[in-house]
Amino acid sequence: MAERILDVKNLKIDFHTYAGDVKAIRDVSFHLDKGETLAIVGESGSGKSVTTKSLMGLLANNAEVTGGSIMFHDQDILKKSEKEMQNIRGKDIAMIFQDPMTSLDPTMRIGQQIAEPLIKHKHVDKKKAWSQALDLLKLVGITDAEERIKNYPHQFSGGQRQRIVIAIALVCYPEILIADEPTTALDVTIQAQILELMKELQEKIETSIIFITHDLGVVAGMADRVAVMYAGQIVEYGTVDEIFFNPQHPYTWGLLNSMPTLSSTKLEAIPGTPPDLLDPPKGDPFVARNPYAMKIDAEQRPPFFKVSETHYAATWLLHPNAPKVTPPDEIIRRRQTFKDIMAHKAI
Amino acid sequence: MSEKQRKILEVKHLKQYFNVGKADEVKAVDDVTFDVYEGETFGLVGESGSGKTTTGRSIIHLYEPTAGNILFEGKDISKLKTKTDFLSFRREMQMIFQDPYASLNPRMKIKDIVAEGIDIHHLAKNDAERSKVVEDLLETVGLNRDHSSRYPHEFSGGQRQRIGIARALAVQPKFIIADEPISALDVSIQAQVVNLLKDLQREHGLTYLFIAHDLSMVKYISDRIGVMHYGKLLEVGTADEVYAHPLHDYTASLISAVPVPDPEYERTRKQIPYDAAGEQDHPGNPRKLREIVPGHFVRCTEEEVALYKKKAAAYN
Ligand SMILES: Nc1ncnc2c1ncn2[C@@H]1O[C@H](COP(=O)(O)OP(=O)(O)OP(=O)(O)O)[C@@H](O)[C@H]1O
Ligand SMILES: Nc1ncnc2c1ncn2[C@@H]1O[C@H](COP(=O)(O)OP(=O)(O)OP(=O)(O)O)[C@@H](O)[C@H]1O
Ligand SMILES: [Mg+2]
Ligand SMILES: [Mg+2]
Repeated sequence: MAERILDVKNLKIDFHTYAGDVKAIRDVSFHLDKGETLAIVGESGSGKSVTTKSLMGLLANNAEVTGGSIMFHDQDILKKSEKEMQNIRGKDIAMIFQDPMTSLDPTMRIGQQIAEPLIKHKHVDKKKAWSQALDLLKLVGITDAEERIKNYPHQFSGGQRQRIVIAIALVCYPEILIADEPTTALDVTIQAQILELMKELQEKIETSIIFITHDLGVVAGMADRVAVMYAGQIVEYGTVDEIFFNPQHPYTWGLLNSMPTLSSTKLEAIPGTPPDLLDPPKGDPFVARNPYAMKIDAEQRPPFFKVSETHYAATWLLHPNAPKVTPPDEIIRRRQTFKDIMAHKAI
Repeated sequence: MSEKQRKILEVKHLKQYFNVGKADEVKAVDDVTFDVYEGETFGLVGESGSGKTTTGRSIIHLYEPTAGNILFEGKDISKLKTKTDFLSFRREMQMIFQDPYASLNPRMKIKDIVAEGIDIHHLAKNDAERSKVVEDLLETVGLNRDHSSRYPHEFSGGQRQRIGIARALAVQPKFIIADEPISALDVSIQAQVVNLLKDLQREHGLTYLFIAHDLSMVKYISDRIGVMHYGKLLEVGTADEVYAHPLHDYTASLISAVPVPDPEYERTRKQIPYDAAGEQDHPGNPRKLREIVPGHFVRCTEEEVALYKKKAAAYN
């Protein structure tokens, strides 16, 4: 049985704004086991970054956690003081932020920024910390590292900055690494290197990774499990094979269906826009854009229906009384692959 | 590309160096030449630090080129003299910036950010018209019209990116440099934005320089693709050709690194490594873009042309 290191239960987060309360996280639960990679995918604005920032105790000032718990081992992160969080952050739980420029200090040499967590948390002396920083800088693929370690953030390209941010996050060998779009700014070659690096590190020190990305190709290659978010809720979760080859929620169908294939002439975008979280819909949040929506979707939030021991989806389509619908062709194709995989496994 | 198509942009031997003459001199763009035809999408791909953004920023004249020329509609942009010339250039060419965080002023409301160009170029008759245009643009890019009174920090990464797109569209430009415009967006919105960019192109004859590292999307949206590496263009051709029949080893390596949304495939994907050692320039043996098959160019020496021709022939 895998060791559970993080357990998030019924998390609810609001943002107070002039226009009213933005209900950004609406009852989110998930867990993370030692050494695994959980990918969180989903609509822009669905709450992926806010969820993970709350794990770090880094919510904006206008945020309020209105319910739930975040158990890291046997301690509730939500009950920690800022002082206590400072000892966890960067050491036990580290985060690679979506916006590299705001997570780097423009006035500080990058070597100093990489070395600092080591000096602060691991009490390594300055010289040794800088030499470790240099090794890491080479590891993340910055050429002329000896020279460039003395440079400031603005002297690097978008992708180079992101690699520096990654170096800072990895330097203390954290137990949990939260990576929020860590490779979005990177080209595929460097992306492949960084992903390989994260996997290696994961094997070496059994780091657990929470990986947020829009790139479903990256998810396919990195994740053990996947959670799909929409409008502040998780609508489906399962193993990577279950989500990619046997998806159940129409939003997950829409996601998998919107990617270009070699023969696409027009991309299948999901029409419409996500709901306004100032006044979220009371039923399935996807109802307005869901071509398979039923009356009950507008009225009542669907519970999680069990698909397998590891796979759950919150859609009324899984209710025993729901009509049978035909998913998009691309999903039917994927389900066929799933059957093949399962048949293969059974042998 | 048919001969009849009109060149809207000509980049000629562009060099853009930083810290010139100092120990840390960077040749961010090093002798790059390419044309963009009116109404097409030219995709620029290449690894991080290869000079894509710098090329874009030079084209929109945020930098004075170290050497070379950039012609927009036949006019050298370094020689725009009068303020009117410059303003009209700025209206015709817009850039969607790579970093949606740094490029939005945190103290401005969304409507004022989007309307910046409308104000500069006096494109709205009155406040009501200005609001209407802004709200329509927000909807076009998949945001809510009541978002217009909020500030950038209240938005997620992908939402901010779309604000940047709305701002660029506001002045109805002819030419848009889109620097990683969709990489911060989730796939369904990527599809929306890409479809939107394509629709706008069809309706208004827009031309795009589309900078991205997501090769599958670049292939989908672009008519032609240029592959950059260390400040140089290594390969140029139609999107289909470059993707299906890559000639340069670097291009092949880049394509092999593209993750595919299929866990089964990913478990066994093999990446082709690339070694740049063979790219050295020897005196009297200059490397430049040479046409291997019609419309498909590779940076190579005179001697290598025959090799590449053989390679191209082997594909068919
Ligand atoms: N400080 C804030 N004040 C008000 N609303 C906020 C604030 N921060 C985030 N939000 C809102 O919370 C919601 C969730 O935002 P979050 O950044 O978690 O999205 P995301 O899923 O990470 O999106 P993306 O993929 O675009 O990064 C969004 O609707 C956003 O507008
Ligand atoms: N203002 C600057 N001063 C010094 N060097 C710079 C400056 N801007 C960019 N560079 C350097 O120029 C090179 C090209 O940078 P550029 O931002 O054009 O790359 P890019 O291809 O857009 O990369 P990415 O995919 O990471 O955004 C990099 O080595 C970068 O460090
Ligand atoms: Mg985010
Ligand atoms: Mg760039």
